[in-house]
Amino acid sequence: MSRVTKFAGRDPGPAARVAGFIAHLRDNGLRLGVAEADLAMTALAEVDAMRPDDSRRALRAVCTGCKEEYERFDDLFDSYWMDMGRVRQKVVPTPSSTVSDDVHSSRDAKGEDAGASGTSTAPDDTGGAADSDGTGKLIATEQRNLNRRDLRDLIRPEEITEAEGVARRLGAALRDTRSRRRIAARKGDRLHFRKIIRHSLASGGEPLNLLRKRRPDRTRKIVALCDVSGSMSVYAQIFLAFLAGLMRADTAADAYLFHTRLVRITEALRDKDAMRAIGRMSLMADGCGGGSKIGPSLMRFADTYAKRFVDGRSVVLILSDGYDTEAPDIIAAALKKLRKRGCKVVWLNPLKGWADYAPVAEGMAAALPYLDAFKAANTLGDLAALEQELARL
Amino acid sequence: MTWTDLKTALAVEGYVASDDLAVALQLALSLCRPLLLEGAAGVGKTEIARTLSAVMDTRLIRLQCYEGLDAAQAIYEWNYQRQLLTIRAASEAGETGKAVEDRIFSSDFLLERPLLAAITQETPPVLLIDEIDRADEEFEAYLLEVLSDYQVSIPELGTITATSRPVVILTSNGTRDLSDALRRRCLYTYVEYPDRETELAILKARCPDVEARLGEQIVGFVQKLRQEELEKTPGVAEMLDFASALMGLGIADLTDNLAILQSTLTTLLKTQSDQAQITPEVAGRIAGKAA
Repeated sequence: MSRVTKFAGRDPGPAARVAGFIAHLRDNGLRLGVAEADLAMTALAEVDAMRPDDSRRALRAVCTGCKEEYERFDDLFDSYWMDMGRVRQKVVPTPSSTVSDDVHSSRDAKGEDAGASGTSTAPDDTGGAADSDGTGKLIATEQRNLNRRDLRDLIRPEEITEAEGVARRLGAALRDTRSRRRIAARKGDRLHFRKIIRHSLASGGEPLNLLRKRRPDRTRKIVALCDVSGSMSVYAQIFLAFLAGLMRADTAADAYLFHTRLVRITEALRDKDAMRAIGRMSLMADGCGGGSKIGPSLMRFADTYAKRFVDGRSVVLILSDGYDTEAPDIIAAALKKLRKRGCKVVWLNPLKGWADYAPVAEGMAAALPYLDAFKAANTLGDLAALEQELARL
Repeated sequence: MTWTDLKTALAVEGYVASDDLAVALQLALSLCRPLLLEGAAGVGKTEIARTLSAVMDTRLIRLQCYEGLDAAQAIYEWNYQRQLLTIRAASEAGETGKAVEDRIFSSDFLLERPLLAAITQETPPVLLIDEIDRADEEFEAYLLEVLSDYQVSIPELGTITATSRPVVILTSNGTRDLSDALRRRCLYTYVEYPDRETELAILKARCPDVEARLGEQIVGFVQKLRQEELEKTPGVAEMLDFASALMGLGIADLTDNLAILQSTLTTLLKTQSDQAQITPEVAGRIAGKAA
């Protein structure tokens, strides 16, 4: 295990360190408030806080709220408390609003890192906020690889705004208001007899309160999986802008990228700042523009995330050209599994727009029997035109 | 009580908890916070509540969630039939007005449902809210009120405040994403499938009669089986069923008789495609590796 982080002598004390840790978690996307910081302190008092493992377990129980966070927590804990015996200069965060809109803050992470590892007495000329911001991004910068391209260079803010409009219309088209079942509602078109009779017991069998029911609006949830492999790089711009717009327009939507592996980018794209969201996404899409393993990626999706996020009211949009390096039957098996969850599967293939296109790619041919719709999409205009098609699903 | 004490106490009752789970439970007890447990089906989420109530020597109150669960079934309801009978009896006796009204809206006529029952106990009970992800989102909102203030408002009777704070354990299989508001109020632990040593300890605690060698084979087999691509991965309960099935058939070694092994796999494989996938050859190979 790596050594415990040292803290500078002028550090205000354990409470501030915990507050600093909470800020560190917040910078890394965990949604924690003041109440959690308070609870974390109380929790540490309950366990033997001198033992790192106990503290780790206690803080994990308090600070995480779902499986992804639970799994990421170990790394975040290590990067703050187990920083190879480095000296942490500042632990008290200042409100980070001054830098929160800085798209390029990840570039500073290296410099910050060098300062931290080198001299413990280096002048601390940056603000506390930049400090915490820098450590947050540090995890990602270590994974830099030559394959990665910055998606921010590909996507312009105007496109995101345009895509947002398209995505909003698509979302509206997918809203299915034709639920068969009626459920109790204060204002409804029919009487809810079962409830009325049950309720009338309270008044000796006289139905005094007339309760109503109506067909609820059943929201279709859009789950988008975007292929960012080398063969798709020409179209990536459009599709990624679309994803970014989709996430901003529809709070229930869910987005993933895949090339040789699958990454969930929903949380990153929820960032309030559109360009920073793209920045976070490009950090996560490490290896984009490389090979493609559509089948295994879809299989992984069907086995893991789909179990939580896909149900009979979901529409799974797959944005890919269908050129897979793996055996085609994996795609078929994955889609079959996905279909079993009751969702609609729509495959948007940019190549389909070509004049003589036929789905000859083995993967694409294998996927066809399991698709509810197979459409062309190269531009935002094409995506917008899908509105009519999707409404019919 | 430290978490290691709690872990030992749970082990005495036959539940082998991981360190993570023990710390989270101990915090839930000392901080009076609900504990949200997520994990695949069959990793022992429900069982932990049962064991905890046994350790604390208190009542277990269980609320099984389902779609359409509403306040009348989860919190309280008036016993209308009894109220009507009382009114009729009262009117025959010539009794009317306020006295009758007070009587029929007293706590005698209140049917306590799990949530109300949990906060009106003398000693703090363990309240298990099972499979919260099955309930509607509206129900989560009711739950938030009860879990944050530990009180229930009944219009006719006033507000009932908790006499004791129950230990609340929520479980979820992740069929629906829970609201952030609920997650925020809870401590959280993701329960994994147990590792080899833990599972052996569980088997020993639950089926002490299993011989050490067979026990290791059983656990090894189930652990290997979990790595296969199955639709429904076998949980701990299935492993225990498997062990008792083998015990019942008097088998001493898994690899002895593949036909019998195959027939006992019905305790582990619960879908048709899984059964088709694990053919006798595959089962034999896995058993051979596990031995």
